[in-house]
Amino acid sequence: MGSTYKPSDERQLAELVTWAAAEGRPLELTGAGTKRALGCAVIGETDRVDLSGVAGVAFYEPEELVMSVRPGTPLDEVERLLAERGQMLAFEPPDWGWILSGQSAPGTIGGTVSVGGAGPRRYRAGAARDFVLGAHGVSGRGELFKSGGRVVKNVTGYDLHKLMTGAYGTLGVFTEITMKVLPTPEKTYTLLIFGLSAERAVAALGDAARSPFEPSGLAHLPRAEAARSQVSYVHGAGAAVTAVRVEGPEVSVKHRMGELRALLAGYGQMEELHSSNSLRLWHEIRDAWLLPSEVEAVWRVSVPPSAGPALVEAAAPDSWMMDWAGGLLWLGYDVASAEQGARLRAAVGQAGHAMLVRAPRALKAQTPVFQPQDDALARLSARLRQGFDPAGILNPGRMGDPAGAKAA
Amino acid sequence: MNAPTPEPQAADLETLAARFREVLPAECVVTDAVARRPFETDAQTMHRQMPGIVVLPQDTAQVAQVLKLCKEFGVPVVPRGAGTGLSGGATPVPGGVLLALTKFTRILDIDYANRCVVAQPGVTNLGITRAVEDDGFYYAPDPSSQIACTIGGNVAQNSGGVHCLKYGLTVNNVLGVELVTMDGEILRIGGKQLDPAGYDLLSIVTGSEGLLGVITEVTVRILPRPETVRALLISFDSIEAGGACVADIIGSGIIPAGLEMMDRFTIDAVEEYCAPGYPEDAAAILICELDGPAAEVDHLIGEVSTIAERNGATGVRASTSEEERLKFWMGRKAAFPAAAKIKPDYYVLDGTIPRNKLAPVLQRIGELSAASGLTIANVFHVGDGNLHPLILYDANVPGEMEAAEKLGHDILRLCVEVGGVLTGEHGVGTEKRALMPEMFSDVDMQQQQRLKCAFDPDQHLNPGKVFPTLHRCAELGAMHVHKGEVAFPDLPRF
Ligand SMILES: Cc1cc2nc3c(=O)[nH]c(=O)nc-3n(C[C@H](O)[C@H](O)[C@H](O)COP(=O)(O)OP(=O)(O)OC[C@H]3O[C@@H](n4cnc5c(N)ncnc54)[C@H](O)[C@@H]3O)c2cc1C
Repeated sequence: MGSTYKPSDERQLAELVTWAAAEGRPLELTGAGTKRALGCAVIGETDRVDLSGVAGVAFYEPEELVMSVRPGTPLDEVERLLAERGQMLAFEPPDWGWILSGQSAPGTIGGTVSVGGAGPRRYRAGAARDFVLGAHGVSGRGELFKSGGRVVKNVTGYDLHKLMTGAYGTLGVFTEITMKVLPTPEKTYTLLIFGLSAERAVAALGDAARSPFEPSGLAHLPRAEAARSQVSYVHGAGAAVTAVRVEGPEVSVKHRMGELRALLAGYGQMEELHSSNSLRLWHEIRDAWLLPSEVEAVWRVSVPPSAGPALVEAAAPDSWMMDWAGGLLWLGYDVASAEQGARLRAAVGQAGHAMLVRAPRALKAQTPVFQPQDDALARLSARLRQGFDPAGILNPGRMGDPAGAKAA
Repeated sequence: MNAPTPEPQAADLETLAARFREVLPAECVVTDAVARRPFETDAQTMHRQMPGIVVLPQDTAQVAQVLKLCKEFGVPVVPRGAGTGLSGGATPVPGGVLLALTKFTRILDIDYANRCVVAQPGVTNLGITRAVEDDGFYYAPDPSSQIACTIGGNVAQNSGGVHCLKYGLTVNNVLGVELVTMDGEILRIGGKQLDPAGYDLLSIVTGSEGLLGVITEVTVRILPRPETVRALLISFDSIEAGGACVADIIGSGIIPAGLEMMDRFTIDAVEEYCAPGYPEDAAAILICELDGPAAEVDHLIGEVSTIAERNGATGVRASTSEEERLKFWMGRKAAFPAAAKIKPDYYVLDGTIPRNKLAPVLQRIGELSAASGLTIANVFHVGDGNLHPLILYDANVPGEMEAAEKLGHDILRLCVEVGGVLTGEHGVGTEKRALMPEMFSDVDMQQQQRLKCAFDPDQHLNPGKVFPTLHRCAELGAMHVHKGEVAFPDLPRF
């Protein structure tokens, strides 16, 4: 077990990384450590860098829709500050704690951005990368650098900050992240349709997505998953539940709900959720909270929406749910096996990718956690990483450094 | 350290052209001087350069072969879409090859089930919308050049448009690309799914200005047409009041589809040009467009009108018909040609500033303009702080073009000084390359160049663009410290 270092500012962090690079000592970067089980474990003996001390808001200008924070700032603190001004992180970062450890663990903003996820609003508003406007960071060379800026319209130089978003700390260490924030919608309503098959659900969600009524959440829960909801209409449905979320000013939300009800009337029986019930349901979907907690393996699969139902069929999971109009699948298996992963990836083919989110350690060690990339892309990714971190000391192996992908 | 690509000898180019003809039909290899002439510049016409050879490949395999040959010959290559770029990104490199995607004009797949379109890079921006509009869809980013500019060029530049305030830039609307690297390798990045499998390479290929690879296919998401679109035409007796109104609209949680401002000079110019009927006494006008469900748009029209009045608007008109809305826009859309009527040449700038710096920045721009003796027309995407000052000049008057360039650079420096950036949508290219150090340190730029090295280590692809200094990749890759040379930092261990 190596040492843990806790830098309190970017200068200390840069010195530490410079030293570690010269010594060839790998570092594991952590914020609150809540997402260590997500992605791959770092390889080998590492020292740990605890970034929770590099924290705080650098600036927040609500009327400019921009907030800049240091990585160790807790996510719930960021969201609380935004809520005070009626704003939000529109990419709806999931609370990964539920799926990884069975309890809420939102962690830090640095971790959130580094794993690059997004919630149900992804479909409409975008992912973390779409909201990161700029960043300061320390490269694996120990150099402090910045990219981007604080304005939305910016094409000056390469967007290194977007590349670092979702890179699991393998390219550089964020020391400040500047994000676009958005006003929280005044109202959130949800239209529920009961009893649809996966295929019919994707058809209904597609109709909603193709309509001008601007849905911002398009999900489907099979009967067993719906029954786990804490929202009574969903819990007590006794059937699969397909959910369409509408957000905005009240007049608009009411109008669009009416239109969507008319549009989707032929699909099945309907119900509406308002305000807190609606919020609750979308948190449950965002955090994959509706999968049973005892499943051994959980996969997160990103595919073209229309491919969702066939994939569920081919993958034969024990439990599952669908978001992003069918484009995001959460698949759970009661008993994990390497064979499941192989079958799943064969079914996905080139049309998307599957990530192993949760699994017993032994399985994670033998199954690629991230979808293996084709050779040319894997080599390019390795060269990119080398450009940022030539000594390979930042979170080595965290993204599964594709076997044999030597930078060439 | 400068390491410019050595200029190839004419003899080499002849051999190279012959080799191109082995893999491309003869008419796709252009060596004739007259036929090469149209490619000597993009829409940034201040600097021109004849390309050595122009190639017009017809498919991805041919692009790969062209790039491999260029690499073999050590000849630089510049990709080109429609040549509407405003930063010199597609300006040829002396003695180099210009690779135009002119023949890539097919839409490959319209997929309503997944709300996306797969297109070849030479399809125009508007061409995508045209292909899906009868079914009620459109492609959101809408550069003013959309009739002509290509989707490949849009991806290379990460182009924006009037509606990016609500719908994002190109980067927020691209799902996938096929990219050919300088090695002739064909990479497929992204697809019809939303999330990347590994590193988010799409986010750097978008905006790469032709330096990382040649884009040979693009998948973009398309959106259903909004139910309603209405616009407000709001006038103010000072720019400050207009700026305050913008801050107030956004601060109150409204994100209009578009929010555009024009100053008095521009209003006069467009009135002269096409008589859109703008208020005669306004110091500035604001066009605020709202789109979405009818109920929401009507509601927001009311809210914005109230905000405008609260901020001292001298006039507020809401469009009640599509005809009226288009009339509001007519003047805005005519701003560039109207400027061209006043002086033979104009230089369009493209800096972005934080919205709340608008008033002081415009004041400074006024002072800089007065000091230089050159007139500036100000039009801007005010909603996202993206300014397009148009500097009017006459290239036939000795020294005026240089003065315009200098004034432009001073204004862009000012943008950076107040917390903004050098370019909001037009790119760095050759035009702003020398200004990059205003925004980035050497370390910042070297880190960006290492990205270039990962794709194109010999720097054959569009060299001399974006970065003020070329570094050899070997030099950029080196690590200068070794074991035992760095003292352990003064840090607590646990
Ligand atoms: C009147 C006018 C109005 C404009 N309005 C706007 C506006 O509102 N918003 C905006 O953002 N821009 C605007 N522009 C700028 C310009 O239209 C955009 O930058 C556009 O995206 C360029 O597309 P193009 O096909 O003309 O590319 P080109 O000018 O041919 O090339 C632009 C850059 O992209 C590279 N490139 C082109 N195609 C490829 C490819 N397939 N693979 C790799 N690299 C490639 C080139 O090397 C070059 O660096 C305007 C220009 C004009 C003349």
